[in-house]
Amino acid sequence: MIEGFTALYIFMLAAFTGYEVISRVPVILHTPLMSGSNFVHGIVLVGAMVAMGHAETGLETLIGFVGVMLAAGNAVGGYVATVRMLEMFQPKKKEG
Amino acid sequence: MEMLIEIVYFLSAVVFIFGLKQMSSPVTARQGIVWAGIAMVIASLFTFGDPAVLHNTGNLGWIVLAIVMGSAIAYVTAKRVAMTDMPQMIAIYNGMGGGAAAAIAAVELVKVAGGAPAPATTVLVLAVLGAVIGAVSFSGSAIAFAKLQGLINKTIRLPMHMMINLMMFAVALAIGGMMAFTGEIDPNMLLIFFVVTLVFGVMFTLPIGGADMPVVISLFNALTGLAVAFEGFVLQNAAMIIAGTVVGSSGTLLTQLMAKAMNRPISNVLFSSFGSSTGEAADEEIAGSMKEIQGYDAAIMMAYASKVIIVPGYGMAVAQAQHKLKELEALLEERGVTVKYAIHPVAGRMPGHMNVLLAEAGVDYDKILDLDEINPEFPTAEVALVIGANDVVNPVARSNPDSPIYGMPILDADKAQNTIVIKRGRGAGFSGIENHLFYADNTRMLYGDGQKAVAELIAGIKQL
Repeated sequence: MIEGFTALYIFMLAAFTGYEVISRVPVILHTPLMSGSNFVHGIVLVGAMVAMGHAETGLETLIGFVGVMLAAGNAVGGYVATVRMLEMFQPKKKEG
Repeated sequence: MEMLIEIVYFLSAVVFIFGLKQMSSPVTARQGIVWAGIAMVIASLFTFGDPAVLHNTGNLGWIVLAIVMGSAIAYVTAKRVAMTDMPQMIAIYNGMGGGAAAAIAAVELVKVAGGAPAPATTVLVLAVLGAVIGAVSFSGSAIAFAKLQGLINKTIRLPMHMMINLMMFAVALAIGGMMAFTGEIDPNMLLIFFVVTLVFGVMFTLPIGGADMPVVISLFNALTGLAVAFEGFVLQNAAMIIAGTVVGSSGTLLTQLMAKAMNRPISNVLFSSFGSSTGEAADEEIAGSMKEIQGYDAAIMMAYASKVIIVPGYGMAVAQAQHKLKELEALLEERGVTVKYAIHPVAGRMPGHMNVLLAEAGVDYDKILDLDEINPEFPTAEVALVIGANDVVNPVARSNPDSPIYGMPILDADKAQNTIVIKRGRGAGFSGIENHLFYADNTRMLYGDGQKAVAELIAGIKQL
């Protein structure tokens, strides 16, 4: 179980990690990076799957269904958009 | 099995962070997203083994169907959309994530409303907070999309807009707080709660001008991350907590960077509705007039220059003129002209928007320079070619303290010996502010669609 202060510690450490990871990003990669982090929160898909999996009533199932659909859209759309953008940055041209 | 799933979640959280790290360098960026993608697929597949998912096996088929539907729609749209429209697509995919987080909260809250035992207060509080943030991100992103897509053109502002927003936010928090702290949820209240939060997201985003949308999208991106993290606590899912928090904090930093580039505090962007209240400052008397130039004459000016600095803006993106620009660059360089690109941090609709487009056209990185690097070079350039940029080259940002954009760092295109501005019409920029650069003595206006205008320049140079 993750609870109380353990949760708080995880939250704090992850927040610092996020801050550090992005702080050295060149401006040219800002848009792809935003798109990439948009993809990363697509992990909400696993939560949506759990929510729908243990849905009991029709309403819960319906909301769960919409949730899973949206989450899958987030993940797949975020991935494809990011890859398309990054395809333009050919490593051979990289200098600065 | 549960142990295995935990291990997979742990590893995917590590890979996500590692992937984001790799995405911060052009060399490894591609690799980073692919790794993150693999981690996402594996995490999702293993989730099918989760006892909670298997709890009601009748739903398994529906889960698969929902994944297939969501993925298919997103895949097709993301593949088809033009590079220039990418910012609004990011907005919409992000909104979907926020909606999903809100949906997770909704399922949990509906369960409690239906008589299931209420979880601990902290869990309920986080579920409610995640619901508010996710729902606001969902409906707000939809409005951001509509604005960038041109579906909503005006900045809509009701009388007492701020008050109404504040009240709605207070109502949402009050209902949410009541549900969370009492642990008793009335189905009608729950419905009102979600309606109010969704409407709040719309109302919050409507008055924000299109020029500020990048900051807003970035903020919603960070918010979605936070919502995902909160729902991760509710579901006791470490991968969601870590990935969501990392996105939340990095997104917040990115939002700050963008707002800083515009030299406006985030609170200004969000609450001052910049685009609609600029009338007074723009009334100031402007000396001079706009002087037109023909493509051929402009071509000669550039062909005999020793240095040309190109300043692209959103107009270039709309006109898809980047490939033509690359062609122009090649022609000029054949004649021994040095060509450089000056990129304002907020040119276009997102930071790096111009860089992406120029990279698409095959422009070398080392010719694309930041504001700080290029500004000292303008006085030594014979020609600054402004294509579809407006507010980012408006000298009033330096000179007129009353102007809404006063203090914003700008590209000093006006300090070049000559400035040629390619522009579709005579109107003011996205912010609605008159641009004094267009009236300057050494500025010539080349009217027309960006792509056609550059094609004229190319034709002109070829004739020489």
